[in-house]
Amino acid sequence: MSLFSVFNVAGSAMSAQSQRLNVVASNLANADSATSSTGQVYKAKQVVFSAVPVNGAEATGVRVTQVVEDKSPPRMMYDPKSPLADEKGYVTMPNVNVVEEMVNMISASRSYQTNVDTMNAAKSMLQKTLTIGQ
Amino acid sequence: MIGKFDNNMQFHEVALRLREQRQQVLASNIANADTPNYKARDFDFAQAMQHALAPANSGASELSATNSAHFSAGSSQTIGGVPLQYRAIRQGSVDGNTVDMDVERNQFTDNALRYEASLTIVTGQIKDMLAALQQG
Repeated sequence: MSLFSVFNVAGSAMSAQSQRLNVVASNLANADSATSSTGQVYKAKQVVFSAVPVNGAEATGVRVTQVVEDKSPPRMMYDPKSPLADEKGYVTMPNVNVVEEMVNMISASRSYQTNVDTMNAAKSMLQKTLTIGQ
Repeated sequence: MIGKFDNNMQFHEVALRLREQRQQVLASNIANADTPNYKARDFDFAQAMQHALAPANSGASELSATNSAHFSAGSSQTIGGVPLQYRAIRQGSVDGNTVDMDVERNQFTDNALRYEASLTIVTGQIKDMLAALQQG
C-alpha cells in the first residue's frame, strides 16, 4: 500500500518544519541578547532542507541536513551607558532580522498545516478502503 | 464466472493502484514545497492507465536484470510503465524550487476524490454480486 508512505513523507516534512520553527523561536528569543555564556554575541541560525527518498522510488521526504549560522554582519546599537559598549559607544547586537524571522515562522506553520491535511486525506482514503464491499 | 467477475473488477483495481501511487507523488511535492532545488513531479494518469490495461503489457515484456551490475532498460523511474516527469514551470523561484502549491493542492484533492469514486464503484459491483447470489 503506497498510501502508507504518504504518512512517512508528510511526517518527515512535519518534523523538518517544526525544527525550522524551533530555530526561528530561538532567533526571536535572542534578538536582543547582547552577550551569552561564552561572551560572544548570538548569531542567527537557519536550517537547510534537502529532499530524501522514502522507502520507494516515487516518494520523497524532507530532512534538515544542517543548521547554519547567518553570515550577515551584527547590528551595531549606539548605547554609551551600556557596560558592553566599545570605546565609540556602540554595542554589538545579534544579526537577527525580526521581520524575516516572522515571515519564516508563518511560512513554517502554514507548511506544517498543509502536511497535516495531507496526512488526514491519506488516512480517510485508507479508512474508506477498509470498508470496501460493505 | 469468477474470471468474468475478475475482469469486471480489474479496471478499478488498476485505477486504485495508480491513484494511490499518484497520491504519493503529490504528497512528496507538497512536503518539499520549501526544499531548495526540488523539482515538482507527476505522471500522465491516462497514459499509465492505458499502459496498465493493455494486454501486451502484462509484465513479461520488460527486460529482467539477473545481475546487480546490469543497467536498467528503461528510464530510471516509471509508474505503471510510464515515466515520472517533471512539472512545467509556471513561475520560477529564487531557490530553484518548482512546486506550485495551488496546483499541487488542486491535484491532490482531485486525485483523492477520484480514488473515492473508484472505491464507491467497486463497492457497488460487490453489492450487485451479493444481490445476485442471494435468493430473491
